Amino acid sequence: MTANLTLALVAGALIACGVYLITERSLSRILIGVVLASNGVNVLFLVASGPAGGAPIIGLTPGPQMSDPLPQAMVLTAIVITLSVAAFVMTMAYRSFQINGDDEVADDVEDARIAELARADLASESYEEMGFSDTGEDVVSE
Amino acid sequence: MNNLLAVPVLLCLFGAGATFLAGRHPGVQRAVSVTAVAAVCVVAGVLVWLTDSAPLVLWVGDWPQPLGIVLVADRLAALMLLVAALVSLAVLVYATGLDQDEVRRETPVSIFHPTFLLLVAGVSNAFLAGDLFNLFVSFELLLFASYVLLTMGGTKDRVRAGSVYVVVNLVSSALFLVALASCYAATGTVNLADLAVRLAELPAEVRGVLQVLLLTVFGLKAAVFPLSAWLPHSYPTAPAPVTAVFAGLLTKVGVYAIIRTQTLLFPTEPLSLLLGVVGIATMLLGILGAVAQGEIKRMLSFTLVSHIGYMVFGISLATSAALAGAIFYAAHHITIQATLFLVAGLIQRVGGSSSLDRLGGLARLSPLLGALFLVPAMNLAGIPPLSGFVAKLALLQAGVADAGPMAWALVAAGVVTSLLTLYAMAKVWNRAFWGVVPEQATARVTTLSRQGRLLPRLMVGSTLGLVVLALAFTVAAGPMYGYVERSATALFDRSYIAAVLSGGER
Repeated sequence: MTANLTLALVAGALIACGVYLITERSLSRILIGVVLASNGVNVLFLVASGPAGGAPIIGLTPGPQMSDPLPQAMVLTAIVITLSVAAFVMTMAYRSFQINGDDEVADDVEDARIAELARADLASESYEEMGFSDTGEDVVSE
Repeated sequence: MNNLLAVPVLLCLFGAGATFLAGRHPGVQRAVSVTAVAAVCVVAGVLVWLTDSAPLVLWVGDWPQPLGIVLVADRLAALMLLVAALVSLAVLVYATGLDQDEVRRETPVSIFHPTFLLLVAGVSNAFLAGDLFNLFVSFELLLFASYVLLTMGGTKDRVRAGSVYVVVNLVSSALFLVALASCYAATGTVNLADLAVRLAELPAEVRGVLQVLLLTVFGLKAAVFPLSAWLPHSYPTAPAPVTAVFAGLLTKVGVYAIIRTQTLLFPTEPLSLLLGVVGIATMLLGILGAVAQGEIKRMLSFTLVSHIGYMVFGISLATSAALAGAIFYAAHHITIQATLFLVAGLIQRVGGSSSLDRLGGLARLSPLLGALFLVPAMNLAGIPPLSGFVAKLALLQAGVADAGPMAWALVAAGVVTSLLTLYAMAKVWNRAFWGVVPEQATARVTTLSRQGRLLPRLMVGSTLGLVVLALAFTVAAGPMYGYVERSATALFDRSYIAAVLSGGER
């Protein structure tokens, strides 16, 4: 099978742009990135399906000239999934805008706190030193 | 008999539809979803029994083979399905208990049940899928349900956690599609059994690319080390039952997919070195992360990542003894990790917080809660004779039998991780269950117990059920391990391919 170079290049370009946008902070840019990348992947399926042919309907196109219907079915499924993903991400971006005033993917506060403790070489609040007193009672000093 | 394979998925999908329609009748919703998942448990039990003689194959819609969609259950799939269904049932009962009292705050009832059933449908379908595309669709099904469950209520924290989770999974889905397109371009099929036959005829380089692509995709779902950062970031903010079912099922579906694709499609060249290094890193970095945490749910998320490393350990050795260990570990870990997250929910309820800084003296406030935490915690660390010990012992024995330098490194990392897990669990016990009871906790507990709402019966009952299930793994370790060993052996004798391609019953 000879692959179609133009399609492969288009797929590559779309996916590259998509990946660049997905690395952004803002959810709406990420969404555009996801849509671009998934369209790139859909084009990739066209590359995988081999040379283009007639519509794969029995009675309309003779067998050998049909294009492969299976990748088209898969692309169709992928398109439907991308559509619903786009709707969900938009909802989430809007909700984030309602709450925070922007739609940026935020850092984890707890992560930052633990990293800060480590940088300052401090024990976390949940660290404890146990001492044992004469009475047999455990003494916690913090 | 083969039609039984479609039942778990269908039950959940119809259940989801019915509960969605009954949105205004929480009682009906609960009854329908509990019945559906309980029925899935029964069907999965029958499947475990049936598949022990031969794998079951169902060609859905009776399309010319091997073009149509095929559902396959071998021992591995049936066992995972059964454990997953039992855990989902317990979590569902727990959520029902939670419903009755925290409806307004935690889970808007009308969406929870349909989404949960869709999640179970996706998980069941992933275990039963016999072709890569169907596997992709079931991943999308369960991911979509998980997006909704994770961001349920749309509070600030959940939207933050949800956006990371959604973006990461979108990338992994796109990558999965790239892998699918490449597989189809190279072989002209997506049927797993057919792929296994045709991949063997390809040049080794092409096969290698496909193998690494698939491993990356499923590694991301399973949260294997370099791809695991999203998990502790997104799990802890969700309600307790949601986190429990995610922690139990979703990563294990990834592990299952790794086992399935690596052993079936690429039996001759396991990526032992890569998987070994990644397994060690996952175990050690995960558990070191856990030790540093001061919040119970976050700590449990890190132990979850860390213990995925044990399963990778088993897969990397690629012997049937090691895979038996990995499968047993997966079954044990689904149960135990879900239990611990449910207990974390109870801790939050009694203590009013899940941060170790604000908890104390829980063992005095509620000895029952202490027992519910201690048994699974020790089980996770691998104290004999609990199932965690059996699973770890099996993996360590397989490592020692292998005796290569990488196997010894894995054994060492496994032992260290087990010890550090014990340390992390002891830290929780020490801070949350011993020590002085904070004043506001006493007041809170008195008010709640006066209203009879401290530990609702359904919540405690379902958690207790899971603890007992994990103990049953110890009691029935003999027959269960025999079953697991047979399923691991079957992964290497190509009986799966034979069963699917021989035509099967239609």
